[in-house]
Amino acid sequence: MRNPELTRSANPATNRRMGHGSNFRHRALLALPLMGALATAGCISVNAPDKPIVIELNINIKQEVVYRLAQDANATIESNPDIF
Amino acid sequence: MDGVTLRTETMTKVSMRQSFAALAVVGLTLGTLTAPAAAQNRDPAYSAARAAGQVGEKMDGYLGYVTPAAPALRAVVEDINIKRKAVYADKAQANKATVEEYALTSGCLLIAQTKPGEKYQAPDGSWQTRGNGPPLRDSRCP
Repeated sequence: MRNPELTRSANPATNRRMGHGSNFRHRALLALPLMGALATAGCISVNAPDKPIVIELNINIKQEVVYRLAQDANATIESNPDIF
Repeated sequence: MDGVTLRTETMTKVSMRQSFAALAVVGLTLGTLTAPAAAQNRDPAYSAARAAGQVGEKMDGYLGYVTPAAPALRAVVEDINIKRKAVYADKAQANKATVEEYALTSGCLLIAQTKPGEKYQAPDGSWQTRGNGPPLRDSRCP
């Protein structure tokens, strides 16, 4: 009669430890690009707030609006020669 | 009797002509008096700075400094820009537009109205000197 029970039951314990160690290393590797992304994001936000906010706002103005207002704006300029 | 009536007729004609002339003179003086009040001209400091290329017309409808300005000139220009903004805001509301929209439209027209030698802002943000040809303007300008 053979006993199906494994001999040297200490083996799985060492295996588990190895597995645990590699898993931890994997997690560390996965976290690296995330940390890198955080670092570069920080760099960009330092460079961004410079000045051309006004020009960015003006991009939203459409040509048809400009055409609609042109005649009135011209009359306004003509009637206020001290400030134009 | 005939001679008398003729004389009175000529008299009235002359007096009428005189009164017309007087009216015309009054009208002329009134015209010359009211014209400068209605159309006040530019501040001399602003005119000089504009002609010298120290200040120029920006795309956004306001004046900008091409070269670093002295505090006195800066005060004049800021005052004009504040007044411009007030006018833009008033007219924008009347036309159901935003202040920025009305100001940009005015900027288009003001850049077009610059005289040769004056400074204006090109679409890339650089300062340009107006030549004899058309200025470099935003593609949305009329």
